[in-house]
Order: sequence, then C-alpha cells, then structure tokens
Amino acid sequence: MSDLVFDTADRLFRDAVDKDLLDRTEAGAFPEALWQAVEETGLVEAFADPDTGVADAAAVLRAAGRHAVPLPIAETLLARRLLQRAGLDIPAGPLALAPTDVNDRSAFAGGRLMGTFYSVGWASRATAIVALADGHVLVVDPARARIEPGRNLAGEPREIVTIDGPPLAAARAPIMPETLRREGAWSRSLLMLGAMETTLEVAATYANDRVQFGRPIGKQQSIQHQLALMAEEVAASAVAARLATERLDGDEAFLAVACAKIRCGEAAGKAAEYAHQVMGAIGFTHEHTLHHLTRRLWSWRDEYGRESDWSIELGQRVALVGANGLWPWLTRA
Amino acid sequence: MTALRFDPPTLPPGAEALREEVRRFLADERAKGTWSPRGDFGTHPDTAFSRLVGQQGWIGMTWPRQYGGHERSGLERYVVTEELLVSGAPITAHWIADRQSGPLILRVGTEAQKQRFLPAIARGEIFFCIGMSEPDSGSDLVSIRTKGTKVEGGWRITGRKVWTSNAHICDYAITLVRTGPQEPDRHSGLSQFILDLKAPGVEIRPIRNLAGHHDFNEMILDDVFLADDMLVGQPGDGWKQVTSELAFERSGPERFLSTYRLLAALVDRGGTAPDDRVAEATGRFVAHMWALRGMSLSIAGMLQAGETPNLEAACVKDLGNAFERAIPETARLVAPSAMPVAGANDPFETIQAEAVLNAPSITLRGGTREILRGIIARGLGLR
Repeated sequence: MSDLVFDTADRLFRDAVDKDLLDRTEAGAFPEALWQAVEETGLVEAFADPDTGVADAAAVLRAAGRHAVPLPIAETLLARRLLQRAGLDIPAGPLALAPTDVNDRSAFAGGRLMGTFYSVGWASRATAIVALADGHVLVVDPARARIEPGRNLAGEPREIVTIDGPPLAAARAPIMPETLRREGAWSRSLLMLGAMETTLEVAATYANDRVQFGRPIGKQQSIQHQLALMAEEVAASAVAARLATERLDGDEAFLAVACAKIRCGEAAGKAAEYAHQVMGAIGFTHEHTLHHLTRRLWSWRDEYGRESDWSIELGQRVALVGANGLWPWLTRA
Repeated sequence: MTALRFDPPTLPPGAEALREEVRRFLADERAKGTWSPRGDFGTHPDTAFSRLVGQQGWIGMTWPRQYGGHERSGLERYVVTEELLVSGAPITAHWIADRQSGPLILRVGTEAQKQRFLPAIARGEIFFCIGMSEPDSGSDLVSIRTKGTKVEGGWRITGRKVWTSNAHICDYAITLVRTGPQEPDRHSGLSQFILDLKAPGVEIRPIRNLAGHHDFNEMILDDVFLADDMLVGQPGDGWKQVTSELAFERSGPERFLSTYRLLAALVDRGGTAPDDRVAEATGRFVAHMWALRGMSLSIAGMLQAGETPNLEAACVKDLGNAFERAIPETARLVAPSAMPVAGANDPFETIQAEAVLNAPSITLRGGTREILRGIIARGLGLR
C-alpha cells in the first residue's frame, strides 16, 4: 500500500517540480496546479486509512522531500489528522498548523483564541489555520489573523501569526501539545530523508561525470569516501525514520521520534556538507538545483526541535530509566 | 546507483522469551560468581564460561541438529548475541567459531569435517581463530605469501601470520594459504585450511597491544603438514569463501556495542538529573545506537532470508565503529569529575581508560574504515 502511495507521489512530484517552479514559488507565487494535482490524487488524505495511514503519510512526505516540493504537504497532512481526530470538518485546500515552536504562546478562553505563533508554515496561503491551544483544536480563518511574512533558509514561508478572536470551529483536543510537536518532528525527519536521498544521487552522478586531472573525480579516493559517508548517513536516517513511522502511534513514540529527529537532523547537516564539497563551486551557484535540497535540509533540521533539544530531552529520560534500564527500554520499544 | 536496502526484520515468536532467558542466565551465573562484566576487546577469553554458554544451546544456534546445532533462526542468535555483549560477558573464546569458522565448515566443509568439528564447537569445547593477515599483507589480503604445497596425502604449509587474535587459547585456526598461481586473476589460487595449532611446526608468539594486553599473536608455520581432510572447501576457492562471510562478519551487534558499557557508565555518572552536557551526549548516543541496531537487525533478517547484504553490512560496521569510538571521546569531555574518594577503582574511570586504549583496534579489525568506504563507493557506482 505505502509503496504504491510513494510511487504515485514520487511520479507526480518528479514530473511537476522543476527548477523553474521552485524559483517562482520562492519568489512568492503559489503552485496552484500542483496543489490541485496533490488534492486530486488524494495524497493529502494519506493519513485516512486507520491501518496504513501513518506509513502512507510517511511515503508522501519522503517523496515530497525527494523533490523539494514547495507546498505545505506536511502541514496539511498533520492538520487534517488533527481535525479528523477532533471530529471537526476538514476544509479543502492547503492548511497551516500551529504551534510549531515551544516558544509559541496561546490561550483559548470564553470562545476567544489569543496567541502568537512564531514560525507557521504557509499561513498566508492556507485556507485555514489549525491550532492546538488550551486543550482545544481550533480552526482559524487566516483572513482574521495578523500574518507577518517570514521565510526559512530555503525560502519556504514561515510566518509570525497573531490571532485574537473567535475561531471558525472548536473542539476538545484529542492529543497533548507534545504529541503535535512529535508528529511535526517526525514529518521533518521524513522530509529530510527524502531530500538527502536526492542529494546523494545528485552528488554521486556529478562525481562520475565531472573530469579533473584527466579522470572523473569519482575515481579519487577522497571523493569516494565522502560519498560513502554520505550514503551511510542516508542509510541510518532511512532506518531511524522507518522505526519512528512504525511507532508514531505507539507507546514508544517519544523514543522513536526523538531518535529519528536527532539522527536525521545530524545526517542532514553532514549530507549537505559532503554534497557541496564534492560538487565544488557549481553546487554553490543559484543556477544549480542542489541548494533547493540543501537549504531545506538546513532548515528542516532546526524545525520542531534541533538535535540538541531532542538529545537533552532524550538524555533526561535515559537518566530516569537509569544505566540498567536503558538496554531493556531500547529492546522493548 | 545501487540503493541500500534495509528491509524491516521480523523477530520470530519466542525471541523475547529467549531474551529473558539469557538475562536470567547471566544474572544467575553472575550471582554465583561465575563471571563479572568485562570489556569487549578480546582481552578476556574464558573457555569455562564459553562451555556454559554452549550448554545453554547458544553456540551454533542456527546449525542443523545433526551437527550439534539447535536449528534456531539467525534473529534468535542475534538476540542472544546482543544480550551477551551488552552485559559484558566474556564470550571472546567461542566468538569466532560461532560467527565464522563453524558456518564456513557447515557451508563448504566435508561431511567428516562437519561431524568432527561442529558438535564440539557448539558444546563450547573447541575454539577457533582466523589466520589471515601477514607481516606484509593487511588490507591487501590477496598478497599473502604463506604457501601451501601439495604432497602425498596432504599439504605442507610455510609462512607467517600476524594479528591472530586468541591463537594462544584456541585449538584451530582457519588459515588462508596460497596454494596456486594468481590466475586467471589475483584472487585465484588461495585456499582455506583448518590448522591444528598443536601440530608440529606451528609456533605461536604473543604480540602485546598498546594496552599491555596479550590478545593477538604471531603464528609461524614451518613446513607444517596438514592432511588432505584439513582443506576447507575447494582448493583455489579461498577468496570466494572468505568474502562470502563478510556480511556476517561486519553487520552484527559487536560492530557497534563495543563501548556500550562506557555509555551505561556515563548514564550512571550523570545521575537521575544530569546536566545538559551529559543529557545531550547520552541522548545523541542513544539515537545513534537505536538507528544502528535497527540497521543491524534488518541485515540479520535479510541474511536469514538468504540474501547477502555486503554493502549494507559495510555501512553498519563503518558507522558502528565511528559510534563506538565517539563514546570515549565525548564521555571524557562531558562526564562530571569523579569524587576523589572513588580513586582508582572508580568504575567509570576504569571503563573509560580501557575504551580509550582499545579504541584504535575498533576501526582496524574486521576491515579498516578505508576498505569499507571503498566498498560502499563501489556500490554507489563510483570507480
């Protein structure tokens, strides 16, 4: 099932996303036709199947990462899931999701949401902002929110959203804020995995094509070793992301997602570094496509908690489990 | 470009019960004083303990019953292996026979060899080491010069082997020998023999490592006679036989758990409310270990399914070894200072010292990191 979802998404994104689309989106346009295609193929509903939903959504995210898809895929998937859990109607169109950061502050009282959310993806392009505040899931009309522009390193919209007013809809929250944060971190892990896979392919292909000193640079041991290390990072990320996907709704979601975000985040930095070194100056140009992937890697590793944030939290849990409890915890999970 | 594959493994039913069985055994025997935790650096072989492990049915677990095996899955063997490693149990003595020599004999040995060696290995009664490297042949193994000459009824072997771990406590060494010309390619003409380490002409000299331990040895083979029935597999197939073991040799939990006990000691030292440095370091290590175990288990599943994920195994070993070496390097920087009263017997300091001193061996044994990265690069379509 999930393989089929991945193939569908991968084909759609491969055919539709090119350098021109990425540049235009980054300049402020919204790729309307691509969004329509994403909705029509049902990819935004990936979470719907109770049995395979998480794996399906993971497949869509990984494919989106592979092609640096300039759309709020992760945000819409997670927001729809939250609405579905809360029993609220799901608006059509791209959705934004808040909070995204531990510094976001909000209160919901007397039918009124007051909050400031510092890094909301695609809020100004969304048909609705879905927020989790004070034990409630709230649907907010973006037109009624104050949205200050902002972008991450990859030029993806990350806006400051200030809300003060009644939501369009509200329901008791079925999950805790940490669950939403975990799912956000999980989504970034899958996106990073996809982007790293393409980065590796691009760099390996380049190394076989680029001739210096009379032979492809891929014949140089120093280049080979950097690409080998990159492949190792991608491999570790793939497994960490799979383990988190398998456990996202399980008892050990914290452990598995923390490990995925830490491992994929660390790998993302390394993969970007190796790729840029192997590809030399051409990879540093705006003209080349590499930066659409690597700037996303640098951005996504920071979103929903850096490696250090998750490591400290995980380390504190490990301390509570204790040295003798650590291995039993890992083997039980 | 070859995509690396890490299929999700499925642990057989009963794997977790087996895990509990191993933990109970280790706890009971430790309470009896049979063993105490030691590092995993080949420095503490304990043949008596290995016999105990054999009696539990945990050596040769996957081999056929008719050869003393227990016909269990490779994933069950994995569970036993990781539990023994994490506990710091002294399993060095039987390690090589269980992981490599036994499976080699099972795969290409004669019926007589299987009957003669496998049940005794599985009982933990005979022990094997591996004679591959030579003074002038390390990573370039094909260049070995130890020579085997065919004579009436057998072979005469002359040469020198080095870095042969535990030759001084083992009974046999699976020894790689040049028996023919390097034609049609340089990988031709190599053969593997079961060398009886007590045979006339075999001399074993200790080589002490920088930690002061006697782990590896030099083996001098002076016109040693080996009967025909000590040849393993076909003459000239040695290289093929050696390289077909690589995924087993490079993907197991021993490739990333060598310094696990130091990580546990760091957790201990940090206490229940560790400072951010200790918490961040342990959290990051746990994330790495979690991913590595996932990769390693996946390979165990693929091996069980009859596949040969050599490339994936090289990834596990290179990443796993880097992880093992990072633990002492980070632990020394972040661990809160010892209480002065703890002195020389402080467990953290002892394990830390052992890990630092043994760290260089991690990225050498079983394939250097340079060789592994070359293998992965070739898999990526480079070269």
